[in-house]
Amino acid sequence: MERIPILRMGRLLLVTIQVDMHDRLAMALQEDLTTRIVKDRANGVLIDISALDIVDSFIGRMISDTAAMAKILDAKTVLVGMQPAVAITLVELGLTLEGVSTALNVELGIKMLEQRN
Amino acid sequence: MGNDFLSTRNHLAEPLVLPLQTDEDVVRLRKQVRDDLIALGFSLIEQTKMVTAASELARNTLRYGGGGEAHVVRRSDDDRRGIELSFIDEGPGIADLALAMTDGYTSGGGLGLGLSGAKRLADEFEIDTAPGEGTTVTIIKWKQF
Repeated sequence: MERIPILRMGRLLLVTIQVDMHDRLAMALQEDLTTRIVKDRANGVLIDISALDIVDSFIGRMISDTAAMAKILDAKTVLVGMQPAVAITLVELGLTLEGVSTALNVELGIKMLEQRN
Repeated sequence: MGNDFLSTRNHLAEPLVLPLQTDEDVVRLRKQVRDDLIALGFSLIEQTKMVTAASELARNTLRYGGGGEAHVVRRSDDDRRGIELSFIDEGPGIADLALAMTDGYTSGGGLGLGLSGAKRLADEFEIDTAPGEGTTVTIIKWKQF
């Protein structure tokens, strides 16, 4: 199974989700991110979902859980690039993405994470 | 839900039957539904809502129903066209439907938004289930001419 690549930029981890993930791939990403936060001693995680035209409750849960695990490991998570139709649908779905900060794009997301330092 | 629910309507096409046995099947279903919604002229937001609803229900079929299939039917009435999706499994069925339809209730560690969310995202929602008799969930999205 392919894995979604995770890039490191200093103390930040960046991941861009560009495929319609099946559930196993989403779980693998969650595991990989958590492992990398520890391994790279990251204090920030940026998840770029600008290419996702669907975010359902499974993916939403994966993102919230990742943010919760990151927080336990003293890292902040920022979600960037949410498409408007996705945002509207998430509200109607009742999905609140607790514990996840958001930013409009990668640049602003990185600024947000760097402000922490 | 008996077959009369389907037979009293006009169909544009025969149902497309898609298996729901693997994670990849769910991805395939999302693509198929998206393509049909685009072909029927639904807006981006309508597409997103319906594909999301389909994803939730397909996952339920896979995770709780032990696998099953989806039926995709294009529908048409005098003044509107639409898409009807059925998610069918022969799994354990749902014992307490009212509970299952509550936001946040989950028997499997999910978020508990699948059934109630799909109902909100679609125009019509129907569920036919009983313990030991499997589950069929049907949702419809309409587009006025």
